[in-house]
Amino acid sequence: MNQIIKIEIDGQVCMGQKGQYLVDVARENGIYIPTLCNIIGMKPRGACRLCTVRVNGKLMTSCTTPISNGMQVETKSEELDNLRNGIIELMFAEGNHFCPACEKSGNCELQALAYRFRISVPRFPFQFPQRDIEAGHPLLIKDHNRCILCKRCIRAIKDESGKSIFAFTKRGPKVGISIDTTLSAKMDKTLAQKAVEICPVGAILPRAQAFRSPIGTRKYDKTPIGEEESSKKDPVAL
Amino acid sequence: MNNTKIESIVGRYNGDATRLMDILIDIQDEMGCIPDDSIQQLSRILDISKVDIEQTLTFYHFLSKTPRGKFTIYLNNSAVANMFGRKEVAQAFEDAAGCKFGEVTSDGLIGLFNTSCIGMNDQEPAAIINNAVFTRLTPFRAKEIIRDLRKGKSIPELFVAGYGDGNNSSDLIHAVVNNHIMKKGAVLAENYELGISTHRAMEMSPEAVIEEVKKSNIRGRGGAGFPTGLKWEFCRKSPGEKHFVFCNADEGEPGTFKDRVILTEKPDMIFEGMTIGAYAIGAEEGILYLRYEYKYLQDFLEKHLEDLRQKNLLGKNILGNPDFNFDIRIQFGAGAYVCGEESALLESAEGKRGEPRDRPPFPVEKGYLQQPTIVNNVETFCSVVKVIQNGGDWYRTLGTKESSGTKLLSVSGDCRFPGVYEVEWGFSVNDILDMVGTDKDQVQAVQVGGPSGSCIAPNEFSRILCFTDLATGGSLIIIGKHRNLLRDIALNFTDFFIEESCGSCTPCRALTPILRNKLVKIIEGKGVMSDLRDLENWSKIMKTNRCGLGQTAVNPILSSLKNFRDLYTSKIQQDVAYDQGFRMDEAVAEACQATYRGFNY
Repeated sequence: MNQIIKIEIDGQVCMGQKGQYLVDVARENGIYIPTLCNIIGMKPRGACRLCTVRVNGKLMTSCTTPISNGMQVETKSEELDNLRNGIIELMFAEGNHFCPACEKSGNCELQALAYRFRISVPRFPFQFPQRDIEAGHPLLIKDHNRCILCKRCIRAIKDESGKSIFAFTKRGPKVGISIDTTLSAKMDKTLAQKAVEICPVGAILPRAQAFRSPIGTRKYDKTPIGEEESSKKDPVAL
Repeated sequence: MNNTKIESIVGRYNGDATRLMDILIDIQDEMGCIPDDSIQQLSRILDISKVDIEQTLTFYHFLSKTPRGKFTIYLNNSAVANMFGRKEVAQAFEDAAGCKFGEVTSDGLIGLFNTSCIGMNDQEPAAIINNAVFTRLTPFRAKEIIRDLRKGKSIPELFVAGYGDGNNSSDLIHAVVNNHIMKKGAVLAENYELGISTHRAMEMSPEAVIEEVKKSNIRGRGGAGFPTGLKWEFCRKSPGEKHFVFCNADEGEPGTFKDRVILTEKPDMIFEGMTIGAYAIGAEEGILYLRYEYKYLQDFLEKHLEDLRQKNLLGKNILGNPDFNFDIRIQFGAGAYVCGEESALLESAEGKRGEPRDRPPFPVEKGYLQQPTIVNNVETFCSVVKVIQNGGDWYRTLGTKESSGTKLLSVSGDCRFPGVYEVEWGFSVNDILDMVGTDKDQVQAVQVGGPSGSCIAPNEFSRILCFTDLATGGSLIIIGKHRNLLRDIALNFTDFFIEESCGSCTPCRALTPILRNKLVKIIEGKGVMSDLRDLENWSKIMKTNRCGLGQTAVNPILSSLKNFRDLYTSKIQQDVAYDQGFRMDEAVAEACQATYRGFNY
């Protein structure tokens, strides 16, 4: 028994089901709200804060906010664009992202977001942190330089008994991803491939494999990220 | 560590992985650290992955994978400690021990570590050594302590003065901590009689108890100020297998220490308040989440819980009521300010990293172990005891119309009588300054509500402490004119937030250090006008953080910039439009020295 709920996003009346998250309702109604840490179909975590919108005047992450009747949502404004771009820029400034040399270039969600929102250079000084590349796992390489700490791998990749293979370590600016060496040694190819795919950036890569497809054929080479949703309604916004 | 020892520790908690905090704390206390092989064993026994143990372990300041010394000295690094000579004390510790802060002596005897505010701001500089608190330290005392430790003295043998006032001298505490109670009100008053309120509550229906609390208009005393009665009502109405009562005794806001005084002098009142809460919402289990810094109170509090069980004020069929069972256990934190945020506190109590949760759902719907839970501050529970004893109408006669009741203030900094003052809401900052002994013309600023609050200038001293004007969890730090406000206060507080961020939200994790570096640039005289604009504009992104810590993490900068703009502009290079804050000569100095070459452009 599904209860239909009516909300308004940027003045447009949208329908969704009770219990659905705002970001999903927006997408199903052809409205693109950019996300990074969100995984469609999984319990959200609201880690990156990129999908922040105003819900009844309050700043909320749309991936973690269930819809409620009559909700008034604002996704586009000078303020929200500034916050959103600021968060994307922070991710670039916080890590070491050298797109031309990255295997994920063209398939990278962070890079695609920067293109979509026309970010050429972050307003913040690059932090150039000292980070490692971890090559001790049989099927994966973890490049911490490129990690945006979105937690997608932590949430989505578990072994067959449900144990965590990836987890956060430390706190604050020292936070990083640690990989369980015992469990990662037992990962099969399918799970390893899933880990590669779940990573929005080039931080988890398959071993013994470099660039797989030529420029021009990669995911975001021709269509900007979010195009699937927004093309239905608002192609001019690009 | 051998297998049987780990197994016996895990056995104390029935192999329950949600009790990971207790397990790790016990291993740390008994072994001095939690090495890799222990993690391996824990992983096997609890049947969870190693990284899930490490993510909790590495989150908390007092847990460590490497040894921290037979005697571990945690010296408070709060702004007020620094105001009262912490630097010299730290130097004396380093000189005497022969190692730097963050290190352990080569013989493994002494470890020196910094730590965030330990709740002793009225008796700084202070340190925690193997769970015992040492207050009012001087360089002389630091050397003496190290010398005595080297001689083989035990911790109690290190105390050279008598124990502190009140229960601090009791056999189960024996601490050189002082309460410094300067003014008593409804909570700290002598007229408290154990059990009256529980009796009275149980003559009422749970709904009527909630109504009485609502009538009193009391709001949460931790800082956020949510109406207590409403919270209880939401929780009572939320369906769940069980309901839980949590008391938040994780006071970590630098400059706050009033809960420590309540815990020392009125523990029964806290527990009674929790019992009334349990009766009201229908809970059988209560947890006092206590910050690790107050571990020295453990035996004392456990004894009080035991006495309450003996008096049938806790346990089965409380006061003969066949339908009311309730008991309380103490859950320790392990050094994380963010765990004072209620949902982070619940995560921590479940054995996880203290990362705040996404809301909704709220703890009253899905709290501890996903069950309806109320989390209230120590002082809130005590105030509720008085509300039930004397009625909501009586309580509303205290304070102001919107902010009823009393508030315990933790006053520290540049004043003659630092300590705890219980006042009715409605006092102005000026009143407080008069009360605590200051020369008002010598006061530069007052930090209200700790680092996450606001730093106000004399032109705002007429403002009123209440929920509708200057809301506060109770910390007031008085800053004299001779202090360097930007370096000693704003920078110290910003460093505190960087240290204590959980690291989950991008802006809190990544932007706070960037803004901090800009503040340093300005303090060093390398700032330009655009840096001030950047501070103001960039900090807007902090509003997208999930929790109160993240949203207020740059308040020390923003608030001082708003109220002390002249301090900033006076340090700005007026005739320079752009300065990257980078000095080539400094950057290459080491290389020049190594190659015996001078530097020239």
